[in-house]
Amino acid sequence: MQPLPPDEELVRRLRAGDEAAFGLVLDRWSPGMLRLARSFVSTPDSAAECVQDTWLAVLEGLDRFERRSALRTWVYRILVNTAKRRGVREGRSVPWSSVGPQDGPTVDPDRFQSPREPYPGHWRELPAPWPTPEDATLASEVSAVVVAAVAGLPERQRVVLTLRDVQGYAADEVCSILEITPTYQRVLLHRARAFVRGRIEDYHARAVTP
Amino acid sequence: MSDTATEPLDCNEFVELVTAYLDDALEPADRQRVLDHLDLCDGCSTYLEQVRATIRAVGDLPAPGGLPDKGRERLLAAFRRRP
Repeated sequence: MQPLPPDEELVRRLRAGDEAAFGLVLDRWSPGMLRLARSFVSTPDSAAECVQDTWLAVLEGLDRFERRSALRTWVYRILVNTAKRRGVREGRSVPWSSVGPQDGPTVDPDRFQSPREPYPGHWRELPAPWPTPEDATLASEVSAVVVAAVAGLPERQRVVLTLRDVQGYAADEVCSILEITPTYQRVLLHRARAFVRGRIEDYHARAVTP
Repeated sequence: MSDTATEPLDCNEFVELVTAYLDDALEPADRQRVLDHLDLCDGCSTYLEQVRATIRAVGDLPAPGGLPDKGRERLLAAFRRRP
């Protein structure tokens, strides 16, 4: 994929009414925006409306954009706020300020030896290596497991995992989009990855025990 | 440096540091403890590899489509109408 022009040029062209430049960002960012919006709202149609409303707000705010953040970050921040509001209205989303992160271990403490055993804090039984997903059936089954696991995550964890690991955004951009601290971002990502890893592990364990 | 910073890690501590390790967000002393632990522990090496495999699997999820054509057209029209 061709890289987008730098922000300075992009913003200048957008402000000058360059439709090709708008088409470029529209096509480049909308798929990821739809996916992220889907983390907050209940239907694909609702997600599409969030993205639509976001782009309209971007057009309206473009002349006021001060480039204190990257253009993409600014667009995504508008999306997140739009999608959160809609999610709350749909009774699906909870305000992010209302619930703290869960704490506690991300791996079942029973997997580790107790203080009365020879190696306290060490694996009782080592995690079993996973088969490499070389055959297509296995890969598509694992993919289905991952889809279900991601859908089962608490909203905040799903949103952070989507931005970091699905869309590949850097930690600092994700903090900036979601307006959360680096520590909180990492806690959410950590719990999300551990949960999805656990679901894949369960799947492989089921697959070997008939 | 305090004793806790140089004490070897247990596996149940290692698994909670994996994300910070992968983001290169650990203090140098803690990063060293993670590396030392990995040298000795097959279980945690497997665990780390599985977290990496998980990240790849999440990244490989099928991409969603873009905006529906009608929505895209509407936005381009809105762009043309900008003052």
